[in-house]
Amino acid sequence: MKSPAFEYVRAESVADAMSAYAEADGDAVYLSGGHSVVPSLALRLQAPALLIDLSNIAALSGISLHDGWLRIGAMTRHVQALKDPLIAAHAPLFTAAAPFVAHPAIRNRGTLGGSLAHADPASEFPAAAVAMRAELEIASSQGIRRVPADDFFVDIYETAIEPGEVLQAIHVPSPVAGQVIGFDEIARRRGDYAMVGAAVQAVSRGSGLEDVSIALFSVGNHPVRARKAQAALTGRMIDADAIADAQAALEDDLDPPDDPQFPASMRLHLARVLLGRVLANLEAVA
Amino acid sequence: MKADITLTVNGEAVRETVEPRTSLADLLRDNLRLTGTHLGCEMGACGACLVMLDGVAVHACLVLAVQADGQKVETIEGLNDSGLIKDLQETFHDRNALQCGFCTNGMLMSAYALLAGNSDPSRDEIRDALSGNYCRCTGYEAIVDAISAAADHRLNKAKGAQ
Ligand SMILES: Cc1cc2nc3c(=O)[nH]c(=O)nc-3n(C[C@H](O)[C@H](O)[C@H](O)COP(=O)(O)OP(=O)(O)OC[C@H]3O[C@@H](n4cnc5c(N)ncnc54)[C@H](O)[C@@H]3O)c2cc1C
Ligand code: FES
Ligand code: FES
Repeated sequence: MKSPAFEYVRAESVADAMSAYAEADGDAVYLSGGHSVVPSLALRLQAPALLIDLSNIAALSGISLHDGWLRIGAMTRHVQALKDPLIAAHAPLFTAAAPFVAHPAIRNRGTLGGSLAHADPASEFPAAAVAMRAELEIASSQGIRRVPADDFFVDIYETAIEPGEVLQAIHVPSPVAGQVIGFDEIARRRGDYAMVGAAVQAVSRGSGLEDVSIALFSVGNHPVRARKAQAALTGRMIDADAIADAQAALEDDLDPPDDPQFPASMRLHLARVLLGRVLANLEAVA
Repeated sequence: MKADITLTVNGEAVRETVEPRTSLADLLRDNLRLTGTHLGCEMGACGACLVMLDGVAVHACLVLAVQADGQKVETIEGLNDSGLIKDLQETFHDRNALQCGFCTNGMLMSAYALLAGNSDPSRDEIRDALSGNYCRCTGYEAIVDAISAAADHRLNKAKGAQ
């Protein structure tokens, strides 16, 4: 289908974008890669009066290291998560997640900021951000604040970004010595959104795993931190028993949605299978 | 309000006045009559509308014409005229990699983009590159064969030239 009519402006700064939003009385949508916005317009799921293009704003681009944190501009394209050496070294779960996100041409346009702001519960990057304990830099008319990923994802398609605010960047703490990661998903076809997915990171010491961080996706309204499974693994070496205990703990961590095509019991089962696979294949990154 | 945009399409400067909602695909097809860019789903799912935008493959149905202002577009017509995909067109023909042909332009675009960055792709990598291209006729196997054959020809030619 064709989109309904709308006006379009290309913002040159975040302040510019926010004032255009205010002037439109909120009847506006920010546009980054546009690969969720444009289909939603063509499908007539929304019909804003104005699209505000963020792609030209310098503050939203660039990838740089500051004091042990990698700052990734919101306009960074998915393909850069695949190819950029700084992201691979300092935000490795984004690199591990990227091949699962959509298809090559979509990865050329879709942005990391757009994916996080969109907050599709079946999306890969949001879960990777939670597992890496990333922080999201949000600009509002009051100033700039940083929100931990755990508090950022509020509900289905809903984040801590208030109407008119702009996600400027994603900050990821650099891996520490002994860090291991794992990422995988189960999808019907390559490039599809996940039926269930898992992003895991931990620090492997001689005595066992520490700082275990597990985010599962497509199992609820937003990425779910599996706290009981994390606790089940903490201080232990990865072996069949530890994996089985983590898998068992998911019963308490998850409350998956139930639908006739995909019953909750099946999602829980797949989450266990997948977590087992990921834990058995953790990879050292530092 | 309509917007004036200028872009380069297949090497030629183009100046057009468009509504903001006009997709790059509609600009190419309706204003410029470059109908080799096909429209199947208009939502990013089928891959029939792929073009090169500033050197990377994108879905022309998901890019607004106003977003492409100032950029370089290469369509299947441009690739055809340049001769850059002549070998792919031949292997598609040889291997029966098209039937109705609706998907073929998008397939060629994905194949062109893949081979530009990877001269020796495995069958698995070819399938991955085509994961966003639907074909309702061939069953894909022949398309993978054709791209694989074109890659082999290019490698052999490069070896021969050494
Ligand atoms: C066929 C197809 C398959 C796909 N498959 C997958 C998949 O498997 N996994 C997956 O995760 N995604 C998938 N996607 C979605 C794709 O990754 C999107 O590009 C992405 O989710 C949104 O990024 P974007 O840059 O395109 O954002 P846009 O579409 O531009 O924006 C998305 C939303 O975020 C808001 N927004 C964007 N940037 C900002 C900002 N800086 N500040 C505040 N708000 C902002 C917009 O207003 C909008 O509401 C698919 C898309 C298509 C078309
Ligand atoms: S028409 Fe663009 S992907 Fe189907
Ligand atoms: S040849 Fe008919 S859709 Fe591919």
